[in-house]
Amino acid sequence: MISRRSLLQAGGALVVALSAPAAAQVLADGDKALGKPLALTELDSFLAIHADGTATLYSGKVDLGTGLRIAYRQIAAEELGLASDRIRLIEGDTALTPNQGPTAGSTGIARGGIEIRQAAATARAALIGMAAEKLARPASELEAVDGEVRPIGGGTGIGFGALVGDRRFGLKVDPKAPIRPVADYRLVGRSLARPDVPAKVTGRHPYVHDFVLPGMLHARVVHPPAIGASLLAVDEATAGGARIVRIKDFLALVAEDEWTVVKALGTLKATWSDSRTLTGHETVPEAMRAGPFEGDEVVVRKGDPGPVLAAAKVLTGTFYWPMQTHGSMGPSCAVADVTSERATIWSASQSTHRFRETCARVLGLPVQAVRVIYLDGAGCYGMNGHDDAAADAALISRAVGRPVRVQWTRQDEHGWDPKGPPQLLSLTAALDDRGNIGAWRTEMWLPKATANLPNIPLIGPQAAGIVQTPGLSTGLISQNASPPYACPHVEVEVHWLKDAPLRPSNIRAPGKIANSFAVESFVDELAAAAGRDAVEFRLAGLSDPRGIDVVKRAARLMDWQSRPSPGPGGVGRGMAYVHYKFNETYVAIGMEVAVDRVSGAVKVQRIACAHDCGLMINPDAVRAQVEGNILQTLSRSLFEEVTFDRSRVTSLDWSSYPILTFPDVPKLLIDLVDRPNDPPLGAGEAAAAPVGAALANAIFDAVGVRLRSVPLTAERLKAAMG
Amino acid sequence: MTAYSFSVNGMMRTVEAEAEMPLLYALRNTLGLTAAKFGCGLGQCGACTVIVDGQAVRSCSTPISAVEGTKVTTLEGLGTSEKPHPVQAAFIAEQAAQCGYCINGMVMTSVALLAQTPSPDLGQIKEALAGNLCRCGTHQRILQAVSRAAGRAAP
Ligand code: FES
Ligand code: FES
Repeated sequence: MISRRSLLQAGGALVVALSAPAAAQVLADGDKALGKPLALTELDSFLAIHADGTATLYSGKVDLGTGLRIAYRQIAAEELGLASDRIRLIEGDTALTPNQGPTAGSTGIARGGIEIRQAAATARAALIGMAAEKLARPASELEAVDGEVRPIGGGTGIGFGALVGDRRFGLKVDPKAPIRPVADYRLVGRSLARPDVPAKVTGRHPYVHDFVLPGMLHARVVHPPAIGASLLAVDEATAGGARIVRIKDFLALVAEDEWTVVKALGTLKATWSDSRTLTGHETVPEAMRAGPFEGDEVVVRKGDPGPVLAAAKVLTGTFYWPMQTHGSMGPSCAVADVTSERATIWSASQSTHRFRETCARVLGLPVQAVRVIYLDGAGCYGMNGHDDAAADAALISRAVGRPVRVQWTRQDEHGWDPKGPPQLLSLTAALDDRGNIGAWRTEMWLPKATANLPNIPLIGPQAAGIVQTPGLSTGLISQNASPPYACPHVEVEVHWLKDAPLRPSNIRAPGKIANSFAVESFVDELAAAAGRDAVEFRLAGLSDPRGIDVVKRAARLMDWQSRPSPGPGGVGRGMAYVHYKFNETYVAIGMEVAVDRVSGAVKVQRIACAHDCGLMINPDAVRAQVEGNILQTLSRSLFEEVTFDRSRVTSLDWSSYPILTFPDVPKLLIDLVDRPNDPPLGAGEAAAAPVGAALANAIFDAVGVRLRSVPLTAERLKAAMG
Repeated sequence: MTAYSFSVNGMMRTVEAEAEMPLLYALRNTLGLTAAKFGCGLGQCGACTVIVDGQAVRSCSTPISAVEGTKVTTLEGLGTSEKPHPVQAAFIAEQAAQCGYCINGMVMTSVALLAQTPSPDLGQIKEALAGNLCRCGTHQRILQAVSRAAGRAAP
């Protein structure tokens, strides 16, 4: 993976340029396959077997730091009967990989992996068929093992390379091709090491930020000081050595050398119109109640909670989750090479295939003339600024006629990445005479995602006056808004808002984090009102054995002692549970906190998590995802809120938008339930959902005070404790 | 423009640049050493960390003029995938990277810590890494990796 370097003599200084980064080498190799099938129905879209017996796997979904790079190899290797390190993986290149949809929604394994498994199973059946002819034996007497097809029980076989050797299969993916029985698994279910970790740890992993093309220029985009402002004038004399690119309100600086453009960003004087289109972050909950609305929708209805709630003594609570940034560690970056006829973009987009179409529309090119190639960025957890930066790079490259690298600044990313939408929930419930949940009503205010929106409007093209389909993207944010426990009368109604305070997009576990925060906090309030232990209360309402299992396991990890909340004080414990989307992964999280009554500071001491996502392809990669879900959401719950005034985002760096740091990191205890015979359900999101409520419940248990708005800061807790 | 000479991973290098240009740009663009990452450019995240004369330093906010005559070590200079530095080996053993964007800073800061405090306890490791941010939530594995490199039991 070591980059080749060429020495260039430039202006008397010794300059070393990356002429052929590792990524480019992969591409050059891969380009031999250009013109291959891409349709989801074709086996050759997913897999090629080479003459030397190795294989190449083509995946439309990408590894965002999540471990798909090893998991996909394990899945394909298992089905084929080939060592996983004999498989190369090409990800997210629109010219080489099938469009398997965005890498989002925790579908990397549950959908992408299953598609790959079926393709590999089809290939195995085909290889066995070919060998049967050559060996003149019935296919039923042959097996595919160690890269060859051979008679079951031994005998001379034929290597995969000799059977297909760089020729195409020319077959459809057979949805009925038999997959290997779980009992025969040799690779799936093992924690094989991720192939990209050594390169990441030794500084040789190719990120889009490191990608260099010959003749490439460096660029920065000059975002306006206020959202929606128009560019009135630019003082060209203040750009230093940089060149100004202006397309209507789109303003960028370009130079041969990055430092020149960084300096110019500091000196450039541009005059913008005033713009005050925002509400300010403090008034978002009131603004959400006021509308304007797209309409109301009842998304869950069982029984009739109205009359029960009208007659009973009810509990009510209003919960709010603010806008948050994806907070990627590396601000978005992209490289584009655009001419009047074609465009090639290197991007860390979660969805290169979707972005390809967007890019074609933005540039007015036929979609066939655009190629988008995935390269790793910093982790993105949803749609951050990657697509914006890629569109910026495309616009600038076309304007200057050279390849261009756009690097967003930290302030660009914090200020302009599409944000997690705000969520407001008002809950009402009553206990029945046995102290169980008798009736429940959720009323929620959410921005409405626009149906069939091709892409969220990107800010560069928008500033440049290029028409895009207007609309909002949020992900599926109304799920998990009712209790996952027995209750005869339940209703969930959404008041869909026409707009959001800032441009929204999907952020990890879209909606489910806020909804679970509200629902599982409120369930805790009900348990406390009934004078019952929080775990016992939950178990009494659960009938799904997998749900019961994770709650019991998390309680066991916590050494949970049965008693009602709040506890004796000082240290508190909380529990929360989710059945993700009510049909995916099961997670229970227990948390233990110590609260400083004087300052309100919360110290999270331990987090216990039991997690059941069915079959685990690579348990250690699942564990890493669970850890990441927990710690990232702990950060979002404790510290994070995007602040803005009437004109602009004001939380523009890590001091105005603090996140979790090492001293805040608690001990994590994770119990992964092994269910190899159940379908894989996904691990990229689910464990994020119960974190906020487990934390709020633990704080309540410690001090008897209920916080219903995130972030659960020391100031808020101190104020609430009085 | 002035010529600045300093050692990088054991080799003397000369870079012509303006005095105030941050070291990060010289490493990434002039010398082709891209392990140090641009994370904030504000000294807030640690993604750009390199070791200068034994100290962990933020190359995004260190002017190149300040490293004249010093010894700079980058992540590439510690080891390779085939022959990793012990701290890198510990990160690999613990699979302590998700996206990996922060990992340069984590390894470099830990190497500087262990040079000064060979056997830090968990509290000392957390304190040393307090200014290094990770968004993926790889913290627990990073702590395990540094403990492993320090020859301590996993926290
Ligand atoms: S990039 Fe230097 S501290 Fe963030
Ligand atoms: S591993 Fe992604 S930011 Fe740390």
